[in-house]
Amino acid sequence: MRVNGVEHAARNDPRRLLSDHLRHDLGLTGTHVGCEHGVCGCCTVLLDGAPVRSCLMLAMQAEGHEVTTVEGLARDGAPLHPVQQAFHECHGLQCGFCTPGFVMSVVGLLAQNPRPTAQEIEEGIAGNLCRCTGYASIRRAVHRAVELSGT
Amino acid sequence: MTTRWFGAPVQRVEDDRLLRGHGRYTDDIDEGALECCFVRSPYAHARITSIDASEARAMPGVVAVFTAAELPFGGVDLPLLIPHPNLTHGRTQRCLASEVVRYAGEAVAFVVAESRYIAEDAAERVQVEYEQLPVVITPEVAARAEHLVHADVPGNIAAEMLQEVGDVDAALASAPHRKKLGFRYERGAASPMEGRAVWARWSEAERKLTVYDSTQSPTSIRGGLAVLFGLPESKVEVIAPDVGGGFGPKIMLFYPDELLVPYAAMQFGRPVKWTEDRQEHFTAVNQERGQVHDVEVGFDADGHVLALSDDFIHDGGAYTPYGIILPIISAAQLPGPYRIPNYRVRFRDMYTNATPTSPYRGAGRPHACFVMERTLDAIAAELGLDRIEVRRRNLIQANEFPYDVGVAWQDGNTVVYDSGDYPELLDRALKLLGPKPPGDSIGMGLGIYVEGTGVGPYEGAHVQVLVSGRVVAATGIPSQGQAHATVWAQVVADELGVDVKDVEITSGDTRGFPWGVGTFASRGAVTAGNAMHVAARMVAEKARQIASDHLEADPADLELVGGQVRVKGSPDRGMPLGAVAVLSNPVRYAFGGGTEAATQFATKPRPGRPLQDGEYPGLEATGYYSPPGSTWASGCHAAYVRVDPKTFRLEILKYVVVHDCGRVINPLVLQGQIEGGVAQGIGGAFYERLAYDSDGQLRNASFMEFLIPYATEIPPIEIDHIETPSPLNPLGVKGAGEAGVIPVGAVLASAIEDATDIPITEMPLSPLKLYELSR
Amino acid sequence: MKPAPFKYHAPATLDEACSMLASLEDAKVLAGGQSLIPLLNFRLARPQHLIDINRISDLDRIYVRDGGVAVQALARQGEVEDSDLASRLCPLLTSAVRLVAHRVIRNRGTVCGSLAHADPASELPAVLLALGGHVMVRSVRGERLIAAEQLFKGVFETALAPDEILVEAWFPELVERYAIFEDSRRHGDFALAGVALAGDNLALFGVAPTPVLVDPQDPTADLQPSGDIEATPAFRLHLVRVLTEKALAA
Repeated sequence: MRVNGVEHAARNDPRRLLSDHLRHDLGLTGTHVGCEHGVCGCCTVLLDGAPVRSCLMLAMQAEGHEVTTVEGLARDGAPLHPVQQAFHECHGLQCGFCTPGFVMSVVGLLAQNPRPTAQEIEEGIAGNLCRCTGYASIRRAVHRAVELSGT
Repeated sequence: MTTRWFGAPVQRVEDDRLLRGHGRYTDDIDEGALECCFVRSPYAHARITSIDASEARAMPGVVAVFTAAELPFGGVDLPLLIPHPNLTHGRTQRCLASEVVRYAGEAVAFVVAESRYIAEDAAERVQVEYEQLPVVITPEVAARAEHLVHADVPGNIAAEMLQEVGDVDAALASAPHRKKLGFRYERGAASPMEGRAVWARWSEAERKLTVYDSTQSPTSIRGGLAVLFGLPESKVEVIAPDVGGGFGPKIMLFYPDELLVPYAAMQFGRPVKWTEDRQEHFTAVNQERGQVHDVEVGFDADGHVLALSDDFIHDGGAYTPYGIILPIISAAQLPGPYRIPNYRVRFRDMYTNATPTSPYRGAGRPHACFVMERTLDAIAAELGLDRIEVRRRNLIQANEFPYDVGVAWQDGNTVVYDSGDYPELLDRALKLLGPKPPGDSIGMGLGIYVEGTGVGPYEGAHVQVLVSGRVVAATGIPSQGQAHATVWAQVVADELGVDVKDVEITSGDTRGFPWGVGTFASRGAVTAGNAMHVAARMVAEKARQIASDHLEADPADLELVGGQVRVKGSPDRGMPLGAVAVLSNPVRYAFGGGTEAATQFATKPRPGRPLQDGEYPGLEATGYYSPPGSTWASGCHAAYVRVDPKTFRLEILKYVVVHDCGRVINPLVLQGQIEGGVAQGIGGAFYERLAYDSDGQLRNASFMEFLIPYATEIPPIEIDHIETPSPLNPLGVKGAGEAGVIPVGAVLASAIEDATDIPITEMPLSPLKLYELSR
Repeated sequence: MKPAPFKYHAPATLDEACSMLASLEDAKVLAGGQSLIPLLNFRLARPQHLIDINRISDLDRIYVRDGGVAVQALARQGEVEDSDLASRLCPLLTSAVRLVAHRVIRNRGTVCGSLAHADPASELPAVLLALGGHVMVRSVRGERLIAAEQLFKGVFETALAPDEILVEAWFPELVERYAIFEDSRRHGDFALAGVALAGDNLALFGVAPTPVLVDPQDPTADLQPSGDIEATPAFRLHLVRVLTEKALAA
């Protein structure tokens, strides 16, 4: 599978979850694991550009696909991706554990719908749990990300 | 001092790496670590009759299976963190149970394997036979004492405590009105998004143990491990790296894994890691909130409270590792911002066959606030008075501080409010709330609370100016998202006259600062914040002393501004702080930075030894702050809600908070703390309930069934502040971490009752609960 | 929370998948995995064999068949949600899909998977039932249609034989007099109770072991819902009445 543009050899371990493969085989620990039953959204990555739960996929299922993790949004030293920048400006994170999942969900949302309404933003972030922020600053961050992404 | 950084909405310095996915949480650390899994009791109360791990041990990839019998400390009771004279029957669990299990989820065996997958396979093959015992669940059942959680604890009573201020019986007897009320609060859970995790490595060559732990108190873990393993503390390093939320239960001292993982690492000469999964988090991590209160209140025709008697039972769970802090806080905080001339509170801390309890954000206060605010609503209803007016008549006034409540506080002192302005909180909240929106089934609720914050005994900090002019500072307490790296930098930057970006903070790493207590109880800003202030001020003083020789000025005439020490009023007469750092060390060796600048200021010959008594090299200092007592934050929350009269769904139309935590270090960080706290409060009031059935099984141990709100369930929160600085600490700050959560249950109960006319005496609520109460 | 061991198979064709399903003991079909993988992670499901059909090509179409919308086994819920075809011919399907969990789940989850999983609280089985749709199933023995009324047999139980794969679902055209309402605790949660109205048909979900067709004038007759921590049988009956009223008024 290609992860953040780099081809990686398969690991023949059928039951290995994609989340574990990314974190522990490829060392991409920015993808977090919060529940392993698909509710919290911490493990959200892009599969061929669309956000999915990496805890609800087997690593072998990602063979032949392009996976993007939070590490793939802005290369080291490069400026933050507009969604990351917006989270920073709006204090959209505290402990940072849910943050990569939110960022990937929002990147996916804006890719599909660059000008979401307030209601669409609400629903767009409603599949991720955050226990620190109460979502207010995340909501603000998504609105800001729309501005920063705008042309 | 200048106040350039203190109070400014400085954006967080920790964000960049977290946003890039470069945070470092405990499970991110690998180094080829062995992975572990617990065998946990499926029963809430049972006698273990046999354990057979032979099949599991024989499985490929399994390194070891420990039961209590294999552990040198298998027979040791885990520490009781905070003993108390009233805790007459304190009991703690053992690392692994070998005789009796007292809650579903109690650890029985520990599997170490090449991977978590294999460890889980092996855990299934550990054969444990149990003989089930009668289960005691809920504090009411415990109080009936038909069965015992601990055979040697009569009545299931761990502790009993009675306190009285004034003469409650006499005041009740003469009160024009009396009312008896009952209230119930059920268990909830903090549920940080990151579960707990421990990683450990033993270096035989250095005889040194390194432990990464998603704990709120690495310094205490270090102390305990050093004693248990017979090592000097300098040979035990405990680091709380990035921690994915804490909210209380990530501090217990000790959870079994915090001993077993380091022990296994020492046994096998390989790093060992255990990462909790979400399912076990629901039963293995401490919980809170279960209490049942019986209140009698006496009041006059104007709604003044004359006497309040509360008798409550606290659901302590199966053990008391944390002592009786929770019911002590509830008892102490129940009067809140109100003048209660005669107050009696008795509690009994009950053992039940459920997961042990320890503080969860709010820690005894949400329930206490709920009881007090519901009582005031009941008084208003009884007398036909306005709920707000009744509160106003009972509030402690701004000129009454310090105000002595007269009951015991968790630090051993009595509760004395240091400062505040409660009527102002109320007025501002009402103004912010505005008029009731039009429509049916809409209700208003309001709650006022106080919070004892910044409990001691102490925190410390080390601050050093490097020869580059950059500043490093460290404290023992870790961050679980509270932006310590930003707010401490603000405090230090102000004292040293540098940019906040030039201050780098280390926290929660015993290698950086070995002493301290922990991040809990809304104490970080007060204790570590002031320690940073103290240490930075010592460094500033030293910088003035050293520079005064060279600038030929009195230290009192020097100021630290813009990375320079300079003569006040003469900006040209100054030297870089980095140069002062070079001069602070009688030995010269440094490259660059302040070195070149320092050459202009060659050390002046002075009589005596290069380092005189009391002097030490380096432009650095270690300072401590030990508070004389807690400082009392306060706030008022108010809301309009709509309850669908048919489906009983809750819609929060408006939610406002007016908060007073003394002087505000960083309004962005404070706003985040409050918004997050309110969201957690809303979760605890209407969505999250730990549903135990009568045999002690938790019926909703997943995020599918334990309903943490999503964004769609949480409204925007409008926030205003007042600042009544604390007279107790140099920065004038009070804690803010728990503020958001405390009154939410009380506010929503009041609003829902107002909207529906359904009497609310319990928490949490749900559409089902409201439907049933409405029948 | 890691799956117990299983053997993994990724057939490239439907025929291959069918023959695997015919020959392997205790095999489970994996499509979107949004229900199955949580069950694997909890070790509540522990099949010996997992047959991942995601490698099969030409199984992800959404197309017009017999005037209705045919949704193949690998069409993701999110694709159905975005499908103009679906919203033109069967807007009830579009509305229902939007109620399934969250978009990130729908990006992976499939409509056919929801039907085969047969969760009694799930929206799509009730919609298929209300619309009078059917599913097409395939095995080495051939292909057959199962009408919605015959499909749902119990909690997580369908009329599919162990060797059959659900390859396509068919939703008849319906552009007026339709509605779907549900009551759930949080946005995206499974319904405590729900109603799907299609023409004169009213199907309920979350209130019986399977979705059920009821008399819109007396929706709770003979209904005996079970209770759980969020809803008692009485509350579910109450919600059915409330939601039916709302659907009929819509």
